[in-house]
Amino acid sequence: MGKTLTGADIIWECLVQEGVEVVFGYPGGAILRAYDALNNYYDQLHHVLVRHEQGATHMADGYARASGKVGVAIATSGPGATNMVTGLATAMMDSSPIVCITGQVASTAIGGDAFQECDVTGVTMPVTKHNYLVTDVNELAQIIREAFYIARTGRPGPVLIDVPKNVQFAEIENFVYPTEPINLPGYQPPKNLPQEQVDKALELINNAKKPVILAGHGVLLANAMPELLELSQKGNIPVTPTLLGIGGLPASNPLNIGMMGMHGEACANHAIQESDLLIACGMRFDDRVTGKLNTYSPNSKKIHIDIDASEINKNIRVDLGLVTDLGIALRQINPKIEQKDRSAWLHQIRDWQEESNQRDVLNIESPTLLAAQAIRKVWEGTAGNAVIVSDVGQHQMLESQYYPHEEPNTLLTSGGLGTMGFSVPASIGASFHVKDREVWVIVGDGCIQMTIMELATAVQENANINICIINNGHLGMVRQWQQMFYDARYAETPISSPNYVKLAEAYGMPGYRVDKLEDIIPIMRKAQAHDGPVLIEMVVEQYDMVYPMVPAGADLDAMIRRPHPQFEDMEI
Amino acid sequence: MKQTLVALVEDKPGVLNRVANLFRRRNFNIESLAVGHSETPGVSRMTIVTDEEEYLRRNIVRTNLLKMVNVITVEDVTDIPSVIRETALIKVRIDATKRREVMDLAEMYRGRIVDVANHSLIVEVTGESTKIDSMLEVLEPIGIVEVMRTGKIAMRRGSVTAREKNGTSGT
Repeated sequence: MGKTLTGADIIWECLVQEGVEVVFGYPGGAILRAYDALNNYYDQLHHVLVRHEQGATHMADGYARASGKVGVAIATSGPGATNMVTGLATAMMDSSPIVCITGQVASTAIGGDAFQECDVTGVTMPVTKHNYLVTDVNELAQIIREAFYIARTGRPGPVLIDVPKNVQFAEIENFVYPTEPINLPGYQPPKNLPQEQVDKALELINNAKKPVILAGHGVLLANAMPELLELSQKGNIPVTPTLLGIGGLPASNPLNIGMMGMHGEACANHAIQESDLLIACGMRFDDRVTGKLNTYSPNSKKIHIDIDASEINKNIRVDLGLVTDLGIALRQINPKIEQKDRSAWLHQIRDWQEESNQRDVLNIESPTLLAAQAIRKVWEGTAGNAVIVSDVGQHQMLESQYYPHEEPNTLLTSGGLGTMGFSVPASIGASFHVKDREVWVIVGDGCIQMTIMELATAVQENANINICIINNGHLGMVRQWQQMFYDARYAETPISSPNYVKLAEAYGMPGYRVDKLEDIIPIMRKAQAHDGPVLIEMVVEQYDMVYPMVPAGADLDAMIRRPHPQFEDMEI
Repeated sequence: MKQTLVALVEDKPGVLNRVANLFRRRNFNIESLAVGHSETPGVSRMTIVTDEEEYLRRNIVRTNLLKMVNVITVEDVTDIPSVIRETALIKVRIDATKRREVMDLAEMYRGRIVDVANHSLIVEVTGESTKIDSMLEVLEPIGIVEVMRTGKIAMRRGSVTAREKNGTSGT
């Protein structure tokens, strides 16, 4: 015999049943009944009070990316819900499983422009995998179960549930948590590939002389790291990750040739362009990794494995599209992969790598602190073992180049949407899952000012995060584009900052400033000794650039390289 | 050639909105969309006509539809023998001298006169879109004042049903 529960109780009851331990949210009028019911559930889950609903979505997202579990964010109707749109779009683009619950005005008032009313299911339709407007309390529990199922299965993504006030107040006598299997006729789990597709893939792979594996976020989402390693090792096939694919294969693995794309490793981009077979694993040929589409990898056959059929042939025409879970596909393909000697190909890639080593910014002596060198110090100071949450811009690209990741889910960053302000809230979310490693944030002075209010949340929760602000006094990546493509006309890219040390103190956390390379490690040691959030401002060179760079719309191997006297005539 | 898709979708609030939204969001051009109940309670049937020409692009329209949670099956019947029909209501302005002519034309097109007034007639005609285009062309000189076309509806010929022609899974 069940208890009598209100819709408000059922929300929390279902979250607990789904195994949720922490939720990120902000109360308000239309969600107030649910928050009142939270009083009965404090012993079963922890609620984090954010400072802005966008922060709640990024925290849920950061938690989801770090843990592989569904992250949960809660907000009220109207502005509370619309503040979530950026976080939903971020999670949508990066296939991150989050469930957002929003209050709504009473269902009888919907459409009447009531106070704090907004058509939230309408607004969020393009930025969610699916969304619901609950109209009957009897459907609420089943909808929450479906939402979690949809968020975490298939190609993961955000799901929003809009719960009108009267549904929160409505009661169900003898509430019993539903246990029947979820039945969604239009939504089916991935299946094994037909044998002829597996054979076709094997024929292409076993006959390739210059194959390259493109490893995307799908590797991590499908937990297909062992399968990727096996394919790569068995066939001696080099692997280049996308930004979100970093960690899918350890950076130290000799077959990992580094990230591809606009700011990827030169050798990876050359390898893609020279390749005779691309094996795309859980990636989507984003314009930031392809460069100009009609000159992309012109001589290669292409295999594309993705769980989302609508990704096949979307941007790049492929010879073989395999639609299923990546782990399933590789477990079918790997057994018959032939051991091949591909040393000539691997040597060619290593030669390209050699030139990059010469040009490496780490070898440059600079009177000012260089961002890349500072980030490499963070790697040293954390023994390469931290979960890094990076924001968007120059520092993000430099992190991907200078902080090698050995493990999956140790780099959390907004790749697809490129959401400035993601890192601080996402790191707070991640810190609720990551207990055996340090969480370090690498963020620019532009990005941090977009969501800086969440420092208060970090302090209130005593979140164990270490924030490195790479302060170059500019919106650095935009400034780089202005310097390269707009004749250095710096419209609105110089940006001022508050005194971050004082700001940290004002928020109640230790703050440090550093502008010399040798001071970084000692200050990191102080941060590591501190329990709770710490802020370190790293004052870096203002006019440095991220190299290599493929200009937008250029051929992938038409990279602008860091000038070096060995290769270019230049004044030193 | 236009692309014709037949989709079975769950009959839930907002499904039509989701489909229309998808076409706008993905920059697919929608030519017509007709929706109504199917033989199964809780399942609606949509016929969607796009003007995507190219095969791979057309496949992406199909897979994007299929990906939606509320969409059960999608079949591209463009190249499959199918019955495709459209209905039009055409109001023609006439005087007594023209009435007979319009009635004769309607008969030639197997249309019907469904409303008669002193100065107008409404003709109802059903058929392939080309037939309706042709009827509009011959009525034009007489004086068309209003046209309402339903958009195409489609059904495969033979005993195979849309439900049996299940595509790959949605994600």
